[in-house]
Amino acid sequence: MEFKDYYKIMGVARDATQDEIKRAYRKLARKYHPDVSKEADAEARFKELGEAHEVLKDAEKRAAYDQLGANYKGGQEFRPPPDWNTGFEFSGGGFTGGDAADYSDFFASLFGRDFRAGGAGRASPHAKGEDHHAKVLIDLEDTYHGATRTITLRVPAVDVQGHVITRERVLNITIPKGIRAGQHIRLSGQGSAGSGEGQAGDLYLEVEFRAHPLYRVDGRDLYLDLPVAPWEAALGAIVKVPTLGGIVELKIPEGSGSGRKLRLKGRGIPGDPPGDCYVILAIALPPAENEAAKDFYRKMAQELNFNPRTKLGVPE
Amino acid sequence: MNTENDLTPFATCILEEQTQLTLADLCRACAVHAERIIELVDAGVLEPQGREPARWIFAGASLHRARAALRLQRDLDIDLAGAALALELLDEIDTLRTRLRAMGGEY
Repeated sequence: MEFKDYYKIMGVARDATQDEIKRAYRKLARKYHPDVSKEADAEARFKELGEAHEVLKDAEKRAAYDQLGANYKGGQEFRPPPDWNTGFEFSGGGFTGGDAADYSDFFASLFGRDFRAGGAGRASPHAKGEDHHAKVLIDLEDTYHGATRTITLRVPAVDVQGHVITRERVLNITIPKGIRAGQHIRLSGQGSAGSGEGQAGDLYLEVEFRAHPLYRVDGRDLYLDLPVAPWEAALGAIVKVPTLGGIVELKIPEGSGSGRKLRLKGRGIPGDPPGDCYVILAIALPPAENEAAKDFYRKMAQELNFNPRTKLGVPE
Repeated sequence: MNTENDLTPFATCILEEQTQLTLADLCRACAVHAERIIELVDAGVLEPQGREPARWIFAGASLHRARAALRLQRDLDIDLAGAALALELLDEIDTLRTRLRAMGGEY
């Protein structure tokens, strides 16, 4: 188990006052809140922060944690000393909301797991089970064709000894054709079991697309950078373009420049109406690697009388 | 780590395309009392069709929004108006980011 340096996580000194800790928490919480931050590890950072705050904001837990000493460094192998917390009395009830089940093993080894966020209320004998939420990464191809995918979810659960363990749950799901990033797939009855005759909860999967090597996505529309040769752009051409539905032919109009946007109607993510695929032209230069090619460029320079910088107001 | 396999493919639907979310559906999915959802409607975070709460019909995307508003309030200790403002600004950032990315820019 790794030692966690809660002071470092919160960016405060070991002798920080409770007010400083509160301020640091509020500031970092706004920065790393998963609904606000787009950083990939925001969720993990936010959980870590919540855990650090849980300990440091509470005078009892903080004193007990401090007793472990300043010699441990974050990430160092850690085993709690056998009687480490004797003499500390945890009054309990000090755990605020948040997802306490997400706290690390390090936290659990010090303060235990047998707490629940307050205010959950008594469940009625036939209560509906809890709904579960998770995110899934799918490929763009999956939404284009519709697909059946096997996904693995990590579910915290409590074993017979009362320890929190992570259980893997493998599900086969149908990806509905045309689903977009940020939309949710609902699996009825796949959340927690209900109590008594209560219905089971539902499982909601939020869809995200894996970054695609060719396409960028905006809603239902796709964007593709298409390299074209200078003569194709200048003279016009019919070129082959990859789309999610297969290769299609696209007419490049004569006199096209870099950055020109051409639309392949209805070649985006399916739906009603389906999205479009926008092709952005990018003129690729043939390399001047040998004398023949260099001569050819020299000849173009002589014959074309071309100044690409006329608009910049500089003399040739 | 225990593994539980359940390999029958489940029938699925896209929540957002199902535009028939009632107040009860939304409460159920967010695990909150109706009062909390009504507050969100009063603050303009959610905009259901229909006059009175019992007849409200929410667009599927409301679920995502309602959950985000509830999380922001709880986690950042801000009031409803603050959460509503944050959501509007986040929406705007999202639109701008998507546009930027579609044009090939970095953010």
